[in-house]
Amino acid sequence: MSSADIYREIILDYYRNPRNYGKLPNPDVAQRDSNPLCGDELEMHLNIQENKVVDVKFTGKGCAISQASASMLTELIMGKDFEAVKKLSKEDILDNLGLHDLGPARIKCALLSLKVLKSGLYSYLSEKLKDTASADKIKEEASGLY
Amino acid sequence: MINIENIRNDFPILKRKVHKDKALVYFDNAATTQKPMQVIDSISHYYLHYNSNIHRAVHELAEEATLAYETTRDKIAKFINAKNREEIVFVRGTTEAINLVAYAWGRQNINKDDIVVTTEYEHHSNIVPWQLLTKERGAKLEYIGVDDNGELILDQLNRYLETGKVKLVTFSQMSNVLGTITNSEEIIRRCKKNGVRVLVDGAQSVPHMKVDLQKLDCDFFAFSAHKMLGPTGVGVLWARKELLEAMVPFNGGGDMIREVHKYETTWNDLPYKFEAGTPNIADVIGFGAALDYLDKIGMDKVREHEVEITRYALDKISQIKGIKIYGPMDTAKRGGVISFNLGDIHPHDLATIIDEDGVAIRSGHHCAQVLMERLDVSATSRASFYIYNTKDEVDVFIKSLYRAKELFRI
Ligand SMILES: Cc1ncc(COP(=O)(O)O)c(C=O)c1O
Repeated sequence: MSSADIYREIILDYYRNPRNYGKLPNPDVAQRDSNPLCGDELEMHLNIQENKVVDVKFTGKGCAISQASASMLTELIMGKDFEAVKKLSKEDILDNLGLHDLGPARIKCALLSLKVLKSGLYSYLSEKLKDTASADKIKEEASGLY
Repeated sequence: MINIENIRNDFPILKRKVHKDKALVYFDNAATTQKPMQVIDSISHYYLHYNSNIHRAVHELAEEATLAYETTRDKIAKFINAKNREEIVFVRGTTEAINLVAYAWGRQNINKDDIVVTTEYEHHSNIVPWQLLTKERGAKLEYIGVDDNGELILDQLNRYLETGKVKLVTFSQMSNVLGTITNSEEIIRRCKKNGVRVLVDGAQSVPHMKVDLQKLDCDFFAFSAHKMLGPTGVGVLWARKELLEAMVPFNGGGDMIREVHKYETTWNDLPYKFEAGTPNIADVIGFGAALDYLDKIGMDKVREHEVEITRYALDKISQIKGIKIYGPMDTAKRGGVISFNLGDIHPHDLATIIDEDGVAIRSGHHCAQVLMERLDVSATSRASFYIYNTKDEVDVFIKSLYRAKELFRI
């Protein structure tokens, strides 16, 4: 896809004015990751109550695609059922961003946020909920994102 | 002046189109350069006509292959003005050369509380091996800082030297990010006065300017073939003969031995003591063709051409509003490397946009995260030039930067 299609107004807006930017004081989920190739960094914080994501924030450094993707993901999951969040797929993220046919190098930027989210949910599922089966499944999904 | 038209004709890849119909503008030469037909031909010629293992067999093919392989060693000695051909060890690249020194010299000579000094503008390959070594030996790693002009703060070197604990100073002769040409002679002079060994990373210097090891007077010197028209997988470690003689081997195996008994082995002569196993014969031969190519142009001419292109590019790029250029602006102090940032456009986004116009540059931390921290950026964009690049290509690049600005509405 061409740059004109990637860097639409909305992507630039989320890049320059990220929604839900920041940290939570006592997050139930706190997860950080970086893309070793380009150095994009992302940290996501979530609070989960009664099977709902009640609060979510992120901080990070990186390209417009990775940062807009993270910010839009926080909006997507805010207030959502935990079950639905667990099921989010690569396609959901790309649909949400309106970015398809990104090249292999740049798709990693778009998916870093989902990878961080899934890794965070893995820790939450395995350590707090002791749900090893779901945890393992989500861990596999996270590692398949690159 | 060099004849660019003739040179470009030797590089078939420069004729290819990218993104359907865009002429390729290859500005990622600090990462790796393109290869001329002469190099490609010499490699296929070896495989087609005299492929065989070297040094051991007595048949004709092996003799031809051994001769070609060893001739590259002579060419290298001449190219960098090394005193002895046996001081030239073939390795996989700069990274392996530095690791070899850290392992085979460092473990014998760096002890508890000793200091190894590197710089803030090193490639990871000249930082990580020293972190590993100093941790293992209980020694310390210190850094010469970089000033706001992108040059090393040499006063800091004096402070370290005064402790009397420095055993090795290691630095790159040209920064792969800032393009800064290090004042190597001065550093080496100060180290020699204090009896301190010096390793010079020549990965970015040897390809772009005349290097004379006898004048430079360092102890270890490393560089890679693929950054100077040669193939990947070949590099050189040069070290003083007496140091190589005292060092333990890096790899054990065939070719590096004199006699092997059940519990005892004696080492082969230099440089073979450090070349265990079947080496990268074809690519060493290809490297010889690359050296011939550069020799024919002349390294002074190579440098002259790059200075001209760099000056032109610096002049144009600094006129763009919102541009931040890193490193010295004086082309006498800078190689053909320009690192920059444009407004709030992240380098990856910038590289994606200008790639659409056929312009290949690098974006990211350039394996120099310590320097990125010093510059307080997470990444930069980097354009780097070589003998086949033209001012017209710089114009395409500059035009593309303006397009990126438009797309990002800045
Ligand atoms: C200054 C410098 N040192 C070392 C290296 C590592 O070279 P290689 O990857 O060929 O081992 C590079 C290459 O990127 C470099 O620019």
